[in-house]
Amino acid sequence: MPELIVYGIVLGSIIALGTVGLTLIWSILDLFNCAHGDQMTMGAYVALLVATLFSGAGFLQGKVGPFSFSWGLLVAVIPAVLASIGLAILIDRWVYRPLRQWGATSIVGFIASIGIAFALRGLVYVLWGPDFHFYFTGVRRMLFLPLGIKVRPDEIFILVVAWTMVALIYLFLAKTKMGKALRALADSPELARVVGISTERMTVWVWAIAGTLIAIAGILYGIQTQLRPEMGWIFLLPLFAAVILGGQGSITGALVGGLVMGIAQQVSTAWLLPTYKPAVAFMIMVLVLLFRPQGIFGRR
Amino acid sequence: MEIGGILSFLASFAIMAGIYAIFSLGLNVHWGYMGLLNFGIAGFFAIGAYTSALITTPKPTGVLADYVTQAIGLNQPFLVGVMGAAIASGLLALLIGLLTLRLRAGYLAISTIGIAETIRIFFNNEAWLANGPEGLVGLPKPLHGLVPPQYYNFLYLAIVLAFLALIYIAVEKGIRSPWGRVLRAIREDEVMASANGKDVFLFKLQSLVVGAMIMGIAGALYAHFSAAIQPGLFTPMFGTFIIWTMLTVGGTGNNKGAVLGAFLVWALWSWSTYFILKVVPPGFETRAPHIRFILIGLVLVIVLLRRPRGIIGEERYVSRF
Repeated sequence: MPELIVYGIVLGSIIALGTVGLTLIWSILDLFNCAHGDQMTMGAYVALLVATLFSGAGFLQGKVGPFSFSWGLLVAVIPAVLASIGLAILIDRWVYRPLRQWGATSIVGFIASIGIAFALRGLVYVLWGPDFHFYFTGVRRMLFLPLGIKVRPDEIFILVVAWTMVALIYLFLAKTKMGKALRALADSPELARVVGISTERMTVWVWAIAGTLIAIAGILYGIQTQLRPEMGWIFLLPLFAAVILGGQGSITGALVGGLVMGIAQQVSTAWLLPTYKPAVAFMIMVLVLLFRPQGIFGRR
Repeated sequence: MEIGGILSFLASFAIMAGIYAIFSLGLNVHWGYMGLLNFGIAGFFAIGAYTSALITTPKPTGVLADYVTQAIGLNQPFLVGVMGAAIASGLLALLIGLLTLRLRAGYLAISTIGIAETIRIFFNNEAWLANGPEGLVGLPKPLHGLVPPQYYNFLYLAIVLAFLALIYIAVEKGIRSPWGRVLRAIREDEVMASANGKDVFLFKLQSLVVGAMIMGIAGALYAHFSAAIQPGLFTPMFGTFIIWTMLTVGGTGNNKGAVLGAFLVWALWSWSTYFILKVVPPGFETRAPHIRFILIGLVLVIVLLRRPRGIIGEERYVSRF
């Protein structure tokens, strides 16, 4: 059981990276972004592409310290994040912004995001095929901790990177002027507009934050398990469940919700088949909707 | 023979398009007339297909029982199966509706995604219920004794078109009735409708259940056409998303558009496969069909951006009452 909780925290940290962007998009742009999961898949595969190019050129092939992945993958994070941000902003320019400007309801954006999700997944299938891919091969090292917990150094790396990213974003939102404006928008779009914060200028920042975090989440998940075209779609339910659990627009809520989802999904495997994980996330979401639809940290 | 082959191919194309047209009509009742976001059509699809399969097949006996496990097997006629599918699907909708219809629109959408995934996983994992990932095969084909097997598709096409016509007329009648007028009034302005004494929640629930029953029927028709069902069929792409594209392309809020969109998008989907497989280089065959994901996704986004009302758009209804 302690082991399952540790695995749950690892999974929850990856989910938490995704939920921060999702909740910002939801509260600032009034959009349920169904393509969020598939943008995660994209980030993971772009990193794979760059890392494969490196290893093909015999470049940066050494393993990083005690971890299973190479320096090439670590460097590949940068182009993957940039591509993810670029893709997110491009999609916004091409699809969501026109819809916003025509005053289309947020529901139309929701439907469009499903179209984008399938187009992105189709692209992944066409470029990389339906098979599983791995960032590295060979045996993965294990560490033995007290309480009979076995973890891989990779998983400690995932935890450190995820929470460093979260801390950076938290500092950005808490300390910088831009971050404060974003939080104001997330809190109350009307009030923020009254004091002269422009939503349109902020959208680029929203997508940049969301794009960065989701690409890193995808790569971390790829390090922990493997890459497959459906990986992001499977994450979508826990992502939404975590955002709803945390409360719309609440960053703290998104982080807590992510952790809860990760732990609940992993601990459930003590009794249920692992394939039921998305269903577990969904059941928690149903309970939240029944008893506290505004979420833990939500006010509405 | 050549002509016969082409006709038979066209018949099986029209059967699938007709079944999708029924789904599209069901989605029109949800989204077109009531503004309910159902992103879990695949769930109602699966429930309809499995319910009818379990009602119409006998429980496996003898050697077969070693290979196929199913919890129920009632060995009833086709029409009982279709009715059962509609009822089961409607009950599922009732449950989802009671849980989510009082909340904001997005919550229903996410809940329906969740329920569809859960149903798929459930049928996959619980082999005692309906044979797990291998699914059920050999579902009865209604009236198959009447015509030689090579002409059976034409008979089944007639059955599908009869269901399509009946459901089309029923939805048209319903939507032009005072009931349908209330649905559209709520879609346009919930507050105004409830100020006029309409129970918004109750009408949403009715719309959700009626649409879901239509989807259940379509699921049953699909099951008896393919004669074999497995959980892997009811994916978000094949079971939900393509139907959204059909309705959006044809014209949301217009039943003629729903049917037209189903035939057009199904033609795009099934014929692009042949075309794509002809032009791709060897070794690329397993990936190429997924070009259709991109195609259908782009079609949906472009229609939403360039022509949100679809090909035929919603007509102006004037009540005859």
